[in-house]
Amino acid sequence: MSAFSAAFLPTLTRRERASLAATLLAPPVALVVATVLNLGLYVLMGRDPVAVMYAMLLEPFLSWASFSEVLLKTGPLLLIAQGLAIGFRAKVFNIGAEGQFILGAIFASAIPVWFPQAAGQWIWPVMLLLGALGGALWASIAAFWRVRLNANEILVSLMLSLVAAQFLNYLLLGPWKDPNGFNFPQSVMFQNDAMVPILIPSTRVNLSLLLTLALSVAAWIFMQKSFIGYRLQVGGLAPRAARYAGFNEGWAIWLSLLIGGCAAGLAGAAEVAGPLGQLQRSISTGYGYAAIIVAYLGGLHPIGIVASALFMAALYIGGDNAMVSANLPIAAVRVFQGSLLLFYLIAVAFVRYRLEWRRAAYRSEP
Amino acid sequence: MNAIEFILAGMLAAATPFLLAALGEMVVERAGVLNLGVEGLMAFGAVLAFITVYHGGGHLLGFVAAGLGSAVLSLVFAVSALGFRANQVATGLAMGILGQGLSALFGKSYESLTVKGVPKLALPWLSEIPLVGRLFTQDVVVWLSLAATLAIWVMFAYTKVGLVIRAIGENPKAAHAIGHSVIAVRFAAVAFGGTMAGFAGAYAAVVYTPLWADGMIAGRGWIAIALVVFGTWLTGRIFLGACLFGAVSLMGLAAQATGLDVPSQVLASLPYLVTIIVLGVISADRRLLKLNGVASLGEPFER
Repeated sequence: MSAFSAAFLPTLTRRERASLAATLLAPPVALVVATVLNLGLYVLMGRDPVAVMYAMLLEPFLSWASFSEVLLKTGPLLLIAQGLAIGFRAKVFNIGAEGQFILGAIFASAIPVWFPQAAGQWIWPVMLLLGALGGALWASIAAFWRVRLNANEILVSLMLSLVAAQFLNYLLLGPWKDPNGFNFPQSVMFQNDAMVPILIPSTRVNLSLLLTLALSVAAWIFMQKSFIGYRLQVGGLAPRAARYAGFNEGWAIWLSLLIGGCAAGLAGAAEVAGPLGQLQRSISTGYGYAAIIVAYLGGLHPIGIVASALFMAALYIGGDNAMVSANLPIAAVRVFQGSLLLFYLIAVAFVRYRLEWRRAAYRSEP
Repeated sequence: MNAIEFILAGMLAAATPFLLAALGEMVVERAGVLNLGVEGLMAFGAVLAFITVYHGGGHLLGFVAAGLGSAVLSLVFAVSALGFRANQVATGLAMGILGQGLSALFGKSYESLTVKGVPKLALPWLSEIPLVGRLFTQDVVVWLSLAATLAIWVMFAYTKVGLVIRAIGENPKAAHAIGHSVIAVRFAAVAFGGTMAGFAGAYAAVVYTPLWADGMIAGRGWIAIALVVFGTWLTGRIFLGACLFGAVSLMGLAAQATGLDVPSQVLASLPYLVTIIVLGVISADRRLLKLNGVASLGEPFER
């Protein structure tokens, strides 16, 4: 190391207090860096970068038809991310939202699959409740494993997602397969009363978006204003202080995972009772994982998450557009998402640190 | 061939992706770094190896490409999590998503294509023992993986390098105070882990099942991370754990061959269920984890 010590070295120095400017600048800076690098990748792949850029980042906002699809996708991402963010702030890393989403969809589908003749406006609200219950039950396994058995919730919740995907396959290829569905792995189409009512006429946007926005407000009140939310945050920021103050860690883990599971399960239910209208293999196009990115990109803050969910939804729609118009593989969206999160996490380091070019103070012996 | 013989014959090969990735992650964690991006690193290595072999580069070059590629990707993680002290858990997840995305992107035009595997080498005499003899007919990568396992065990048990890595994982401040460069060693450990994950992915894609399918790693990177916990950061136990998972992942096929009437989805989720159960059993012994765990795991180092 002695060869470098004479030169000016960039060093990260801890700031006296967190920088607000860096907090606000981190998402746009990360977006610009990720966009530039990904455009470079598209050029290497022989695609027209301007066409891709236009289709991916602008087109979703240019027509009402595509913007309404953006709103439709915002729903599940926003809902899951709000739930996850509460856990992340308590340092409970539930990364199994995908599985909780699937279980929510399965629980909700139980009513229309088992009672296809049932009628009445009570059906869809009960389905949403069942969905939240299913997601919470699936998450509670991870909570039990963590609190009682001390097992890492990251690994357990992820494994549970993989199991959930298999369980969904089992249902759709076996007992829940639509007998008149030409052998496709999907359930029967749901009856009208099993569908969440449409909110904006002539689009697919339904009432669940309003519910999601209301829950976002609830998340904001819970995290910023309530004592329970405060206890969760202290537990995440300063576990020792929280323990000293008598805040129960096990309780915080249960609460975090149950909130995350409820939100993801509700999102799953809203998806089958909304745009899909049946239980399918492809009910989730990675919402559970994308929501992790949404949560971080929104600064784990309920208001920031609304903005990042909208953006991520637009990226999904834009990715579909680019697939059609610029022949860009849909996997490019995942690459974009991953690199965006990576650059955001780097950018956000500057909230707590500042870069200094310092002459090394001493020369270490080789 | 009955079910037991079938599992004995295939266990080591099925265990190899788990073993390579878990050994790499063990070294990373021993140095005090938690890299959760193993799944993505494996997927990235897998696609690089497949493309290389498909275009006639040969298996050796395939493994080199996978090792180098995943090492470079893991260094991106190192720069972010160690250099910029970004949140290690989240950065690992980002690497996982990025690696899987790149894998799907590069592999898109190779979907369902196949390459040739590698021949198996039988150890003389040993492979002729009835029943157990099947264990001694393996491809060259399996033999090399076993050698690597031994080498890593020797490194931690007997060499100074192993001692330095452990010291940095246990108490980075003390290691820094006596003149070791914490960041440099951690970078090297992460790059080693990346290389091993790349090899693991390459083995999965061009030796074990030489057919390209998106998402073919199928959670094996995550199981490898769990294996490090099962093995309580010890080489020998990680080897045994990898063998267990090799056997479990074959059980599905064995059960189907014997005509057992179990839905294939149950068999497919067997490795995940076993992971959840074993993780619970091992972690419940808090003393065991405390004794063998790495004290500074996941914590950024600041002078």
